[in-house]
Amino acid sequence: MTAQEINEILKAQFGDAVLEGKLENVPDPFVKVQPERILEIAAFVRSDERLQFDYLMCLSGVDYKGKLGVTYHLYSMVHRHKFVLKVEVPTETPNIPSVESVWKTADWHEREAFDLYGINFTGHPDLRRILLPYDWEGYPLRKDYQTPEYYNGMKVPY
Amino acid sequence: MTETTETIKTSTGRVLRTEEMVVNMGPQHPSTHGVLRLEVVLDGEIVVDVIPHMGYLHRCFEKHCEHMTNYQQVVPYVDRMDYVAAMTNEFAYVVAAEKLLKIEVPERVHYIRIIMSELQRIASHLIAIGTFGIDMGAFTPFLYYFRDREKILELFEMTCGARLLYNYIWIGGLSHDLPPGFIEKTKEFCKDFKTTLKEVNDLLNYNEIFIKRTANVGVLPKDLAINYACSGPMLRGSGVNFDLRRDDPYTMYDKFEWDVIVGKGEMGAVGDVWDRNMVRQREMWESLRIIEQAIASLPEGDVQKAIPKRIRPVPGDAYGRVEGPRGELGFYIVAEDSVTPYRIKARAPAFVNLSVINEISKGAMLADLVAIIGSIDIVLGEVDR
Amino acid sequence: MGLLDQKFESSNVVITTMDDLLNWARLSSLWQMQFGLACCAIEMMAASASNFDMMRFGVIPRATPRQCDVMIVSGTVTLKMASRIKRLYDQMSEPRYVISMGSCSNCGGPYWEHGYHVLKGVDRVIPVDVYVPGCPPRPEALIEGLIKLQEKIRNESLVQKKAV
Repeated sequence: MTAQEINEILKAQFGDAVLEGKLENVPDPFVKVQPERILEIAAFVRSDERLQFDYLMCLSGVDYKGKLGVTYHLYSMVHRHKFVLKVEVPTETPNIPSVESVWKTADWHEREAFDLYGINFTGHPDLRRILLPYDWEGYPLRKDYQTPEYYNGMKVPY
Repeated sequence: MTETTETIKTSTGRVLRTEEMVVNMGPQHPSTHGVLRLEVVLDGEIVVDVIPHMGYLHRCFEKHCEHMTNYQQVVPYVDRMDYVAAMTNEFAYVVAAEKLLKIEVPERVHYIRIIMSELQRIASHLIAIGTFGIDMGAFTPFLYYFRDREKILELFEMTCGARLLYNYIWIGGLSHDLPPGFIEKTKEFCKDFKTTLKEVNDLLNYNEIFIKRTANVGVLPKDLAINYACSGPMLRGSGVNFDLRRDDPYTMYDKFEWDVIVGKGEMGAVGDVWDRNMVRQREMWESLRIIEQAIASLPEGDVQKAIPKRIRPVPGDAYGRVEGPRGELGFYIVAEDSVTPYRIKARAPAFVNLSVINEISKGAMLADLVAIIGSIDIVLGEVDR
Repeated sequence: MGLLDQKFESSNVVITTMDDLLNWARLSSLWQMQFGLACCAIEMMAASASNFDMMRFGVIPRATPRQCDVMIVSGTVTLKMASRIKRLYDQMSEPRYVISMGSCSNCGGPYWEHGYHVLKGVDRVIPVDVYVPGCPPRPEALIEGLIKLQEKIRNESLVQKKAV
């Protein structure tokens, strides 16, 4: 199924929740959706007969300076088509519903995005740091992150 | 630690209780394949829960990418991500970057990349099966496989001068052409290596003790594997006939004839540890087939396309993926109007495959947990990045 | 080999100093901690496997720090791992030695500048005897590092009091 057709199905089902996107002349066609409704949309694209996106390839956090974004790369093992969903939230209130209940693989990806970007995935069963130590301060992949001078008495810069 | 799991009343009415115990496994443990730490909740010898703790090798790969002066400079860091299969890592990054920058490379480059990536797949599987054998108490296959792995490393070394981390596959081509004598040596290797494969197959995979340790252990059902987005031998071991080289072909894999290996549950249930190990074992034969075909039809030509040193892409993003030895290795690159990548996220197969460990090891014995970790074939550099 | 230079001819008697005997025994069986961190660990494995065979120098990997003489820090030490390495080092019994293998554990390596979670050199937490440069060092380089460590042990004295 082409990106246009997938976009049509999403538009027909969710109307305003599907914001603008780019479907042509880009490496991976995508649409942006409203962050509050991502869980609903995720459940739909996974279960709908025509789409059946049962394989979440990747979930990445991105810092767009002032906004934090999450990109979902979807793939269907049944129909062998791909699609990309994006959400954006302001950095001050980075709350996005967790899609862990739809794709189990999102569990660790979301924990990683929380760890490195501080995105708060509401409804995640076990949202804690995954790579950095539990007592680490700050979110290192944010563009305005400053490396600490010391961690537990160890000097960090060279 | 105090939670009661089972209550037994004796004939006199006294209540006996068994208590759960927490055992810490790692970060320094010979069978965790690196610095993984597992918090294992045990009821006697039965595993009740496994809580993995990672990040002991978090080397800030994604932060480094954002500080490079051009896209090419990321390649050495990509090497160090999955150090057992550096060539396929470079390959995956370059596939994603070329998709973003819209670069077409000469045909010879495609062929050489495929030869390198398949040789690397063999080298990586040799380590995976060799160390898995050690976990199961078989030391000999490890020595046999490392002996033959050195031959592959020699091939890499004559090509680019490095044994482990190559910096060979560049955006728009390769760093050098193949050296003289490479083709002959590779042909010789392909011939010799088949003997070792047969030998170790008999020695390890059909060994009675090995089968007893691995069959019906850590069974991963099909739907769970897809829902956890497992990939590579992990997914194919569970009976899902899916390989990116065939189903989402990149470069020129569609020109070669080979088979996708799928676990069939010969020794027990489909998707057990034995199946996953066997998928790796048999994939090496298929890799040899691809290498032989690619060498036979290697075209002449340039190996480096003329591209500017500091490439300035059109703002946008791209996700490129290849089938690495451990599974789907993807890179998500976000570009702005600058010579530096804005954001690179690595979708590491080992990271995703490891997330299923809690599901498949519940109810197993503690000793089987070692078999399960070995069969997932994790590389901590990739899990933690 | 200071001890074996004197031949075992008629009476099976060897005259040597206590120091030489002890040092010869110690340097010929340096038990190594089986403990891999990152990329260098693969080269360390290669060094103890078939082609390079470190066991001919008496280097046998042991899984517990309490049985080990030498710790080969093979790879990047992160801040999360540093306290564990310190603890493992503390668990080793004296005399103990540390080989820092590869650029990462020498000085931070390629991660020296932007590695917010990388310890820039393992010598910030534990003392190091031999540094092996390279990214990663070849197995031959690691073996050379071991021989350097053997030289160091040969010139030590366990019997005489150390000058402070």
